[in-house]
Amino acid sequence: MSGGEQGAARPQVPLLHDPRFRGILAQALTALVVISLIWAAVDNAATNMRARGIPTNFDFWDRTSGFDVNQTLIAYSAISTYGQAFWVGLLNTLLVAGIGIVFATLLGFLLGVMRLSANWAARSFAAIYVETLRNVPLLLQLLFWYNAILTPLPAPRASLGMPSVTLTWPDAPSFALALAAAGGAFFAARFARSRAEDDARELLASVGAALGWIVALVALLFGASVFIGAPGGGVLHWGGPAGVYLNNRGLLLPDPRFGPGFEWVMAALALGVALSLAFGIWARRRQALSGAQSPLALVSLALILGLPLLAFFAAGGPVTLEYPVLRGFNFQGGVRVLPEFVALLLGLSLYTAAFIAEEVRAGVQSVARGQTEAAHALGLRAAPTLRLVVLPQAMRVILPPLTSQYLNLTKNSSLAVFIGYPDLVQVFMGTVLNQTGAAVQVIAVTMAVYLTISLATSGLMALYARRTAWAER
Amino acid sequence: MKHLLIAAGLTACLATGASAGVLDNVKQRGFLSCGSNTGLAGFGLPDDKGVWTGLDVEFCRAVAAAIFDDPTKVKFIPLTAKDRFTALQSGEVDVLARNGTWTQSREAELGLNFGGVNYYDGQGFMTRKKNNISSALELNGASVCVQQGTTTELNLSDFFRSNNMKYEGIAFATADEAIKAYDSGRCDAFTTDVSQLYAEKLKLVNPDDTIVLPEVISKEPLAPAVRQGDSQWFNIIRWTHYAMLNAEELGVTRANVDEKVKSPMPEVRRLLGVEGDFGKGMGLTKDWAYRIVKHVGNYGESFERTVGENSKLKIKRGLNNLWSKGGLQYAPPVR
Repeated sequence: MSGGEQGAARPQVPLLHDPRFRGILAQALTALVVISLIWAAVDNAATNMRARGIPTNFDFWDRTSGFDVNQTLIAYSAISTYGQAFWVGLLNTLLVAGIGIVFATLLGFLLGVMRLSANWAARSFAAIYVETLRNVPLLLQLLFWYNAILTPLPAPRASLGMPSVTLTWPDAPSFALALAAAGGAFFAARFARSRAEDDARELLASVGAALGWIVALVALLFGASVFIGAPGGGVLHWGGPAGVYLNNRGLLLPDPRFGPGFEWVMAALALGVALSLAFGIWARRRQALSGAQSPLALVSLALILGLPLLAFFAAGGPVTLEYPVLRGFNFQGGVRVLPEFVALLLGLSLYTAAFIAEEVRAGVQSVARGQTEAAHALGLRAAPTLRLVVLPQAMRVILPPLTSQYLNLTKNSSLAVFIGYPDLVQVFMGTVLNQTGAAVQVIAVTMAVYLTISLATSGLMALYARRTAWAER
Repeated sequence: MKHLLIAAGLTACLATGASAGVLDNVKQRGFLSCGSNTGLAGFGLPDDKGVWTGLDVEFCRAVAAAIFDDPTKVKFIPLTAKDRFTALQSGEVDVLARNGTWTQSREAELGLNFGGVNYYDGQGFMTRKKNNISSALELNGASVCVQQGTTTELNLSDFFRSNNMKYEGIAFATADEAIKAYDSGRCDAFTTDVSQLYAEKLKLVNPDDTIVLPEVISKEPLAPAVRQGDSQWFNIIRWTHYAMLNAEELGVTRANVDEKVKSPMPEVRRLLGVEGDFGKGMGLTKDWAYRIVKHVGNYGESFERTVGENSKLKIKRGLNNLWSKGGLQYAPPVR
């Protein structure tokens, strides 16, 4: 088209009156003005900073930091550099933001669907939740959760403890009882289904089946001795030194140390994942061809959890646990989940979930009612209708605002500084800035980091949106 | 809010070029702009009527008295530990009297000058009495709450590192949050400058259950700071403190200053401007020191009123006594 316009028939006009040229000229001039303004500002700031003796370079990056951080995902101590302190803070931010996004999404979708539920209690609960949580400032919520977590927890000396656990094969009586109970439950369930017209007997059989499953599980985990007094143990063995503690210094867990033979467990895990992926592809093809469904979730769970567990026992339990031990003021050893981390994670996830819930509701309501009715007419029950028909269409509406909620959560994580969680802002823009005095550099780097995280999140979400988008017709 | 402050500071960095002397600016403006603590009992804290009180606050009032003959011509700008130097560097405040430690790097790298030390402090610890310890060397393995954005974290780390002890440091943005966490049992100890420990202790639910441990793990000479490059202004800041010290040494108090003007003692006469004109070289009047003592008092009076026996803190003079009484406070003579 444009080629035609530029043809020979076009009348000659002065260059300044050519709309194309004028457009380019205007853009170039604007760009020039903006760039020179920025340059002037940067140059002026640098000159003034030099005149006042404020550092203007990044020499501090490789200097020894001299301070400690109480949660580090990479090796770090007071003799590490400011650059390493930056990475410590960044990883802590990414950790809480990443886990927070997962929690907020799960809870947000649940609440969003609940708000549209036919069940009055579910609907009202979700409505009250959303209205309360999104209308209270986040900082207040964080301080509330921090106090709510710290206040009831005891001091380290009075820790709430859970005894340690070891896993072994169940002994023969326990195994036999578990097998028998599971078999009984299975047949009771079949009987219940076949007597569907007789309400009383169906109920009785269902209760019996449920009881059977419970007995099987308990026998397998804790041993037959729970029921029949005979000696015998299940998979779980309690005792020994306590392994898990809860106090106002956090949740202490045993630190797993992987011994020789653990590679077999990892190999079994990889095999399990691969097999379940293969099974998924096979199941999808089978459904496409014949319409027959396969118990995908159950089989995948058995493969991904069961195979490594078998390998674990076969290799003779190649994991030893290093238990936390109370020494002086605190527990030493083990892994610790900081109360600051839990408070921040709770606050961020619960708050953001309220907004996500509203977006999910908007998305679901944007799907035409006829879609649900058509799905019901095809014989789909409520859950598959939601999962297979409504949500995939709703996602087109949900995705853009969902992205900005993810960005909000990440940026809100900088409130960590008020409850003592060592995130990027606390470690880098706080301690590092103060010790080095390099305010401009540190703030510029911090802004660049948040910008990068935000752009990366947006990019990933856009990629996902493009993959799930419909072909325009 | 503090990020806004930093941003404002940076904007000011962009906006202001070279300027006239600070004293001229202050006189033109009609009041002194003094960077102070956001709220630290004894050093800088607004009382229930909104009037600022404290040792650092009285220092700023003394500067205002020397310039304007009116100690109320001060605007106090509360600054957090993190923002204070940026606010001073960018010209948002004329002087920073905010219990700041005088260190080499702050003078050499941040472009500041520290005036006379108005409080010799040091970092210490407080812990609960029921922990049954009497020395900071018994804190191995403890969780320690600390207010971030100060050299406090560095000193804390140094102390435990050099004594081969372990600890967990939990750093908070504000002293308020840190002290709340200590009160809730999150930490076994709280560390900051000893003077501040006494002030923060008053905020605890049961102040009597906590003791301040005897160890002082760092040298913290607290001094008011100014930007480099204006020697006249630096002299005013430094000599305001020295005037208060000389007044105490010569026995000149707020109550007797009008009588002391008639004193035959040459040192007193020079200090109060009866003989000679020692204010002129600093751009002040000759009765500059008289104004300071008349409106604020001498150093000892100010100390006892704000942090000493007549205050809630009840801190002993100790290192802050006059050199002639076993302390470190020593002022060069006015002559």
